[in-house]
Order: sequence, then structure tokens, then C-alpha cells
Amino acid sequence: MSVPAIELRGITKTFGQVIANKNVDLVVNRGEILSILGENGSGKTTLMNMISGIYYPDSGQILIDGKEVVIRSPRDAFQYKIGMIHQHFKLVDVFTAAENVILGMENEKYNLKEAADHVRKICDQYGFELDPEKKIYAMSVSEKQTVEIIKVLYRGADILILDEPTAVLTPQETDKLFAVLRRMRDAGKSVIIITHKLHEVMSLSDKVAVLRKGEYIGTVKTSETTEADLTEMMVGKKVSLNIDRSDPNHPQDRLEVKGIDLVSPEGIRILDDISFTARGGEILGIAGVAGSGQKELLEAIAGLQPLSGGEILYNNPKTGETENLRNKTPLEIRELGVRLSFVPEDRLGMGLVGNMDIIDNMMLRSYKKGRGIFVRKQEPRELADTIIKDLEVNTPSATTPVRRLSGGNVQKVLVGREIAARPTVLMAAYPVRGLDINSSYTIYNLLNDQKDLGAAVIFVGEDLDVLMELCDRIMVICAGRITGIVDGRSAKKEELGLLMTGKEAEDE
Amino acid sequence: MNKSVREPLFHLVKRDGLVWWKSWIVRLVAVVLSLLVSGILIFALTGENPINVYITMFKAGFATRRRFWALLQNVAMLLCVALAVTPAFKMRFWNIGAEGQALVGGLATAFCMVYFGDKLPSGLLLLVIFLSSMLAGALWAVIPAIFKATYGTNETLFTLMMNYVAAQIVSYFTYVHSNPKGSGQMGVINKATQAGWLPKIEGNNYLLNILIVLVITVFVYVYLSKTKHGYEISVVGQSENTARYIGIDVSKVIIRTLLISGALCGICGFLLVSGTDHTLTRDTIAGRGFTAIIVSWMAKFNPIYMVVVSFLICFLQKGAVDIASTYGFNDALAEIITGIIIFFIIGSEFFIGYKIRLTHHTKGGKN
Amino acid sequence: MNTVIAFLTRAIVQAIPLLFGSTGEILTEKSGHLNLGIPGIMYVGGISGVIGSFLYEQSVGPENIQYLPAVLIPLCCCLLGSLCMGLIYSFLTVTLRANQNVTGLALTTFGTGFGNFFGGSLIKISGNDVPSITLTATSNMFCKKLPFAASLGPVGRLFFSYSFLAYAAVVIALVTSWILTGTRIGLNLRAVGENPATADAAGINVSRYKYAATCIGSMIAGLGGLFYVMDYAAGVWSNNAFGDRGWLAVALVIFSIWRPNVAILGSFLFGGLFIVHNYIPNLGVATQELIKMTPYVVTIIVLIFTSVRKRREDQPPASLGLSYFREER
Repeated sequence: MSVPAIELRGITKTFGQVIANKNVDLVVNRGEILSILGENGSGKTTLMNMISGIYYPDSGQILIDGKEVVIRSPRDAFQYKIGMIHQHFKLVDVFTAAENVILGMENEKYNLKEAADHVRKICDQYGFELDPEKKIYAMSVSEKQTVEIIKVLYRGADILILDEPTAVLTPQETDKLFAVLRRMRDAGKSVIIITHKLHEVMSLSDKVAVLRKGEYIGTVKTSETTEADLTEMMVGKKVSLNIDRSDPNHPQDRLEVKGIDLVSPEGIRILDDISFTARGGEILGIAGVAGSGQKELLEAIAGLQPLSGGEILYNNPKTGETENLRNKTPLEIRELGVRLSFVPEDRLGMGLVGNMDIIDNMMLRSYKKGRGIFVRKQEPRELADTIIKDLEVNTPSATTPVRRLSGGNVQKVLVGREIAARPTVLMAAYPVRGLDINSSYTIYNLLNDQKDLGAAVIFVGEDLDVLMELCDRIMVICAGRITGIVDGRSAKKEELGLLMTGKEAEDE
Repeated sequence: MNKSVREPLFHLVKRDGLVWWKSWIVRLVAVVLSLLVSGILIFALTGENPINVYITMFKAGFATRRRFWALLQNVAMLLCVALAVTPAFKMRFWNIGAEGQALVGGLATAFCMVYFGDKLPSGLLLLVIFLSSMLAGALWAVIPAIFKATYGTNETLFTLMMNYVAAQIVSYFTYVHSNPKGSGQMGVINKATQAGWLPKIEGNNYLLNILIVLVITVFVYVYLSKTKHGYEISVVGQSENTARYIGIDVSKVIIRTLLISGALCGICGFLLVSGTDHTLTRDTIAGRGFTAIIVSWMAKFNPIYMVVVSFLICFLQKGAVDIASTYGFNDALAEIITGIIIFFIIGSEFFIGYKIRLTHHTKGGKN
Repeated sequence: MNTVIAFLTRAIVQAIPLLFGSTGEILTEKSGHLNLGIPGIMYVGGISGVIGSFLYEQSVGPENIQYLPAVLIPLCCCLLGSLCMGLIYSFLTVTLRANQNVTGLALTTFGTGFGNFFGGSLIKISGNDVPSITLTATSNMFCKKLPFAASLGPVGRLFFSYSFLAYAAVVIALVTSWILTGTRIGLNLRAVGENPATADAAGINVSRYKYAATCIGSMIAGLGGLFYVMDYAAGVWSNNAFGDRGWLAVALVIFSIWRPNVAILGSFLFGGLFIVHNYIPNLGVATQELIKMTPYVVTIIVLIFTSVRKRREDQPPASLGLSYFREER
């Protein structure tokens, strides 16, 4: 009976009131690939951060080769030959791959040539393709990831943790990465990979551990399970939330998105031939794992992302005219008379200015109103007071900087401002993220009100239960492509889960 | 097996904004401490009771009407530049070229005084001078701004270099127009005709200057806090992302703001050359362009606080100069004391922005 | 021929203070700190050396000074003075995370004030009875040249006619260059200046590197001030005679695109531009001032050129001017 390479027993971690991990057990053997599967916010990354020394668990034990250890810093983790490859790369752009690899290694003679040779050797051993002398800024995302992996291997890691490594890769690059990971497994290393893509789990791993809302659900052998079983473990049974949902009120085609494409500056295809119609008087939900292009899609409609193809047509209910919004700036869109409101994901970094008070934040949308050079504070002041009263914003006064408010109150201020413009299209990205139950219901009700007033509401959400109870239709995207548009009333959770992980509706 | 884990004794936490009166207490303590340190320094040099020394300082600024007006003039000039750099700073554009921008304003003034002094009627001449000094200052500021907006050229280094380009051009100009010839000094321009000189008000040399700066103070205050432009400046300074989200053209705002910032610097040069000095040297601005940056920063970009901070700095400088001459020291003592006070005040901002938390130690990993 | 040699030698003497200043500033900027206090630091370096040497000369009498103490005392005083300046700057900007521009400018105000104060009051404070600070004896010690230089003819003069500090400047620049590009310390330091969060994650003590780079950089820059008084000014201190050399040193940093070895040649160029007007016949005094403008204009052109060209290696360190704070939960 072999001793596991790493074993977790009863790990619990809380951040304030939020339980990130509750009593998690995990076993990984040498020469084994373990997938950690879970939705966003299920605590996967927190758990791995505790193994790699970034957080320290509140309670529980970590055993390496059967011995209990204390891991307080990334340094300690290295000592136990644990290496983690984070989602956000920590690389110095103007350095070469080799320079980045040896950065911070104090106990080795400084010799770039030898280091580069060593890197080449690692590449040959596992089948990476990388030029050690290439500068990071000249690299593709996948090359940068390779550098991160080599950095860990160079330090002699036996246990590798990869946090959503495929989120930034093309399918071809993913295949290459998986081949490398298999070779590492065959060389006797332990690989832990965090993911929420089912097909990757099935094709790559030996075992799967599932987390849901911070709780450990269980570990199964990949060979003994199916995608449907895993989905159920991941999303759980349907929970009833009792969100009011009215019937769509004379839906009209308001926004027609036709085949839009978006390519990132790094050359990654972020939106791929997206076409859909948002109707006035209904809520269109957008489901998908984080980073599938939801944020960029909304930003593209709002005029913040230059598209490389497609059209965004807006049917003006007042004039009956149709306008093409593609590649128009937010200002031009407003000047066309399009009442488009947008609640972005990044509330304090984009939607609001944290250091300004509530009144000044109200002015963001309206400061240009009126003639003359002066801003008028009367209207925003009244609006701030109305929002504070109507949405029960908990704030000392309307002149408090919004960054001092709690998350829920910040969101009420933002949503309140956006709906005050009586939008015909209202887009909201993760509007209830980080909010408590009461604030979340306030937001749902506000969205429903707008729907009843005839606005086309587009809601990007992560909780499938919410999407299924709030939305009239749910569009699922995966890796920048639409995998299906389903009716919100009849949708099944498992079906959505499968669509999110890339199974297209036509395949069924 | 695990070597003793070294943990720092304390760690820092960003504060979520201190109550205003607490933050002012911190600043006040910093000023008092700095005065204490300067007092010790002065005591070490003179052996004099520091209290007497501070009384001497106080007299330096307030003892006579003439001294008081001179102090106010100094305050006004420093304040003028501080106000000028503020719109740019509020936008997080590090314009440290105020010295040069004010200097070219002075250059434009001297130029007009020399070339148009006997050609234009005095009212028109003053207007031409005023406008050209603004134009010169604006030009000097907008060049780095355009490059910043288009290519992201580092504005701190660019504006810094522009200072010395301006200084050399002024040196050139003063040699060309030196009086007496070849001395390298311009002497008093239009001494006989007083053409292009700002008029005295009731025999007071400085009053008009001070009034103009007062108007600028109100203008900057209103511009920054009451106008649409000012609002755009705040948004761009706080978050370029938000600015794009609501459709502000960031490049346009940068260029427009620097035009205004530079023009106001130009006015300062105008006031110094046409209003008080009636001559031009490369040192006309006397480092105010740099001190102003510190003033603006310490005043949190608030024009009202800037009046207070400028006053404090000028008062201390005047006082230190007086001590120096009383005890036979070099008047650079003033800069030493200014430096000490500034160090304490900018250091104190840390205690307003951060909290120091002692680490409570937990043993090992076994709970 | 002789004119050319004379021009070059004088240009190099002009260049040395700038080279010290910019080598020090490059080292500091590589850690992500834009130290605009460099002019003040160089000034303090100069006056500290002067104070030390003045006190020594006065205590034993200028005719009795010995070579070693005459050189070592000012040298140590200079290093100590500029180290103190570096410590003030790094305490404020690294530990207290104060705004770098404001701190640097305040440091320059303080430093020039310090220099002018002691330059103007040293005689009174020390209670000596001499008309001015003239340290000819010490300066002669500093300017001791290689004994065989005179016999080598013009070419020998070009290469061997300088004081030891001048050679030290070039050596320090070369060593700094090598440390930055060829050692682990340099690699770590550059990482700190480019991306402190990454350096921190790699286990590099960010604050320690920032302190070390700033303080050592300040000491190097301070030597520029010492060279200026002891060699260039022949031991005579006069207030404000140092002029804009401190800012020229900052300009040189940009001109040499943050490379100390390039700064060596750059400083010679700047030094040449500084005195070239003496060698152009029939040049008006006024035009001389325009020629003195060229280093700054050239620097601006380099700055624009590098930002337009956007070659990543030629950009300022990415975190220049920003303070680093590790967010903790």
C-alpha cells in the first residue's frame, strides 16, 4: 500500500462570514492526475492556495508522504516540492524565459547559459516547445503558461497544481498541454488540475474530486463515472428560490446581434460568431463558465470593445428606425438616442468611481446634461436621495464615498443609476456576485420591474438556479461560442451544465 | 524539521479613509514635530532659546506693513503656480514642468515689453502681454501632453526636461537683450516708460498681483469642482476605465487640461515679470515651480487648503531667512527648514492611509 | 591636434560628475524609484566632503595634511552625507510609501539648502578666521595624477591625465552595468523595478532591494558632487556654482536608456556639449546658451523616440514611480 503524495484532512477556511472550504478531504498519489471540479465560487482555488502556502487553513491537516507538515509560505511549499501555476501569470515581461525561471533562486550559481540548457532539458523531457532566450512580452499566452510550468519543474516540484490552465488556451494548445501533463504523470509526478470543463476532466484525469459551494462532495474514479453524474455532483439538485417571474409582455425584437467576432490583442478569439436577439419585455439570461466571453460580449454591445466582424442592430421603439451600433463609442450610442444601460462586472473599477460620493457617481451618466459649462448637482442629488430611499441603501449620507459602502449597497447605487435612465436595453453582468440574500432579491426585483416596463434585459449570471427562475430564455456560451439557447421555464439544470461545458445542443 | 517561521512583527493594512478631523490631527502633529526638530536644529546652531527664535520668525512676516505685503506677494506667487499644476495633478498627469511653463510665460512677457513697449498703448500692451504669456505657458505644457496622449511618453521626465530648455532660451534672450550690453542681465525693462508694467493700486506694488491670484484661486476652485470639465478631470484621474465606460475622450481631456494648466503657469510668469520684478532672469521663478508641486500635493489638490499651505511655507521661509540674517548665517537655512517640514508632512500621510497592525502569533500548525 | 585633445580632456572632466550622478540614478530607477532628489544628493555629497576636508585642513593646517586622511576624510564624509539623503528618501518612499516625485523634489530643496547653508556659514560655525572655503591643498591631493602621464605626449594626456575619482566613475559605471545585466542581484533588482509583485512572489525581499539600490545609488551620485568641488573646482566652494548638473545627470539617465555603460559615452557627449562653445570661433555669448540647451533637447528626442518606437527593452522600468504594497486579506 503506497503512501499518498499529498493528503488533506478536514481542511476548513473562512474569510470573515464566508465559508470558502468546509471540512475537505483529498488524496493524491504519485503518478496520478486529479481533477478538482466545481462551479465558480465553489472554493477550488482557495483550497489549492492553502497547499501552495498562500493561505493558511483555519483547521485541518496537510500530509506530505504521510507526514504532517506546516505550509506557511510559497517558500515552504517549494520545500515540499509543491508548485502551483496560477491563473494570473507572475512573470517579468522584459525578461527572457530563462531569467524568469531562475528568478528568486538564491542558492544556485548565476549562470544564464546553464539555466537555459537546463530549461531545454526539461522541455525535451516532457515535450514542451519553448525558446529559453525568448522574451516574455513576445510570447503567446500558452508559451507564458509553459514558462510558469517550467519554473515549477525547475525547482524540482513533484506535486503540480494548475489553476484553470485551459481557460486561456486554444483547443490545440490544450491538447499539447494535456500530453505534457500525461508525460509528467508517467514520470511519477502528481498533478492536480482545477477546472470546470467536464470533457477535460473525462479525457485527462484519473480521479475527480468535486466541490460545491465550499463543501467537499466526493472523489470518484474517472473510469467509473459519466459526465451526467459529475454534472449532478457539481450543480446539485435544483433549489427553489421563489423569484417572481411574470410572463413576457408583448416581446418585441429590440437588439439583434448578428455574427459578431472579437479577437483579443494577443490574438485569442474571444467571441466567435455570436448571434442572438434580445427582446423588449423579457429577460435573456447568459450562462457559461467564467471567462467564456460574457464580459466582452456585453462590453462589445456597450461600445467598449472593437469588433472584428458582425453587426449589432438596435430597433428604436420610439422612431421605429434601426441603428447599427457596431464600433460606435458609448457617447455616439447615446447620441443616437439609444437608451442602453450597462451594469458592468467591475463595479468600482468601471461602473462607479470609488472615491467619489453617491451624488457624483449619479452624475457619471448625466453630467453632460443641460447647456453651459457647469454641472448641475440638483438632479443627481435628488436621484441619489431617491435611490437611497427606494432601494434602502445603507449609507451615512449621499456624500459618502461609494468605496466605503458594502458590496450590496454599492450594487444598489450602480443598478439604481442605470435604471434611472429608463433604459430600453439593460445589461447586467454578475449583478448579485458577493451580495447577501436580501440585496440579491432587491436586484432581481429591479430587473423584473424593468422587464415589465418593456426593457430588453440581458442578465449574465453564474448561479443556474437563479437563471432558471429569473430568465425567460437562457443563452449558454462556452469558449466564446453559443452552445444553445433554451427556454427558461422548461430548462433542466443538467442540460445547462452540459451546454456550459461545451456540449452543443445539436449533439443531443 | 520545519525551520522557525519568521513572521514580521506587524503588517500594514490600507485604511478605509480616516475621519477628517483625525487626519487633520495627524497632519498637525507632523507640523508640530517638524517645528520641534527645526527648533532643535536652530538651537544647535545659535544656542538661542528656540521660543525666541520662533518669535523672531513671526516678526519677520508680520512686524511691519511692508513685510506683511511682501509675504503676501510671495504667498500669491507660490499659490499661483500651485493652482496651475493642480488640474493636471488631479488627472494624475505628473506635470513637473511648472517651472519652465511659468518661465516661458515670463519670457513672453519680457519679449512683448521689449518689442512692443513703445508701439502699443498701455492698456492694449498689457492685454497682449497677458495673452501671450498664457499662450507661451500653454504651449510649453501641451507639447508633453500631446505626446503623452498619443504615444504614452513619460510625462514626468518630459516636462522636467522642458524646464531646462526654457531656462536656456531665457538665458539666450537675456544675453541678447542685456543692459548694459554684454552683462548678461536685462536690468529693469522699460525703466523710463514703465510700459508693460502692471499698474500699482494706491501705491501698492503687490496688491494687483494678489488680487489676480485671488481670482485664479476662485477660478480653479470653481473649474475643478463645479464644471463639466472639472468633473471629467476627476473621473479620468480616478479611473480611466470608468472614463471610457461613460464615453469620455481621455486624450482630449489630457490635452485640454494641460493647456489650461500651462496657461495658468504662464500667468505666474507674467505676474512676476510685469507685476513685480520688471526684469527677467533664468531664476525668475526661483524654484516655485517645484515647491508648488509639493504644495498642491500636500493640500490634496484643494485650492482652499493650498492657500493655507502656501502661506505656511512662505511664512517659514521668510522667518528662516530672517533668523539667518539675525545670527549671521546663510539664508539657505530657510530651505533646510522647509525641507524638514515637508518631509514630516508627506511622511504623515502614511499614517492617514495605512494602519499598522501587530501580528498576533499563533504557534505551529497544530490546532 | 592639441586643441582636440584639450577639448576632449576638458569634456571628460565636465562629464565625470554627470556620470556619477546618472549611474547612481540608474541604479535607483532600476528598483522602481524615480529619485528627483539626485541634484540635492549630489550637492550634499559635495558639501559633506568640503566640510570634512575643511575641518581637517583647519585642524592640522593646510600645509601639513597627509595624503591618506586628506583623501579619505572627505571621501567618507561625502559617502556618509549622501547615504543619509538616500536613507531619508527610501524611508519616505519605500517604508512610508510617500509620493516619489514630491519626496524627491523636497529632497532637492533640502539638499541645495543644506549645501548653500554650510557653504555660506561653515566658516562662522567652525569659528575659523579664513576669508573663503578654499581647499587647494586637499584638491591637490585629489588631483594627483599618474606620474608618467606627462611623459606620454598628447595621447597619454587624453587617457591618463585625470584624478583617481574620474577613473572610479568609469569603473563604477562599468561595474554597475555588469551587476545589472550579469548577476543574480541585478536580475532580482530589475525584477523589483519591473514587477514588484512578481519579485515578491519569487521570494525576493522587495523593500531590501529598494533600500539598497536607493542608498548605494545616492552614495555614487554624491561622489559626483565631491569630484566637482575637489577636482573641477580645484577645492573652491561657491554656492550654486554646481548649477544644473544634477538635472543633467537625470537627463543622462534617459539619454542612455537606463544603461550605465552607455551613460559613460553619453556623459562625454554631454560634457562636450557643455564646453563646445569655447572651441567654436566667433561665437556670441548668447548663442552659447542655446548650445547648452542641446543636452536637454537631445534627451527629449530620445524620450519621444523610445516611446514611439515602443521597444520594450528601452522603456523606463515598468513600476517606476509607483510604490509597492502587498495586499493582504
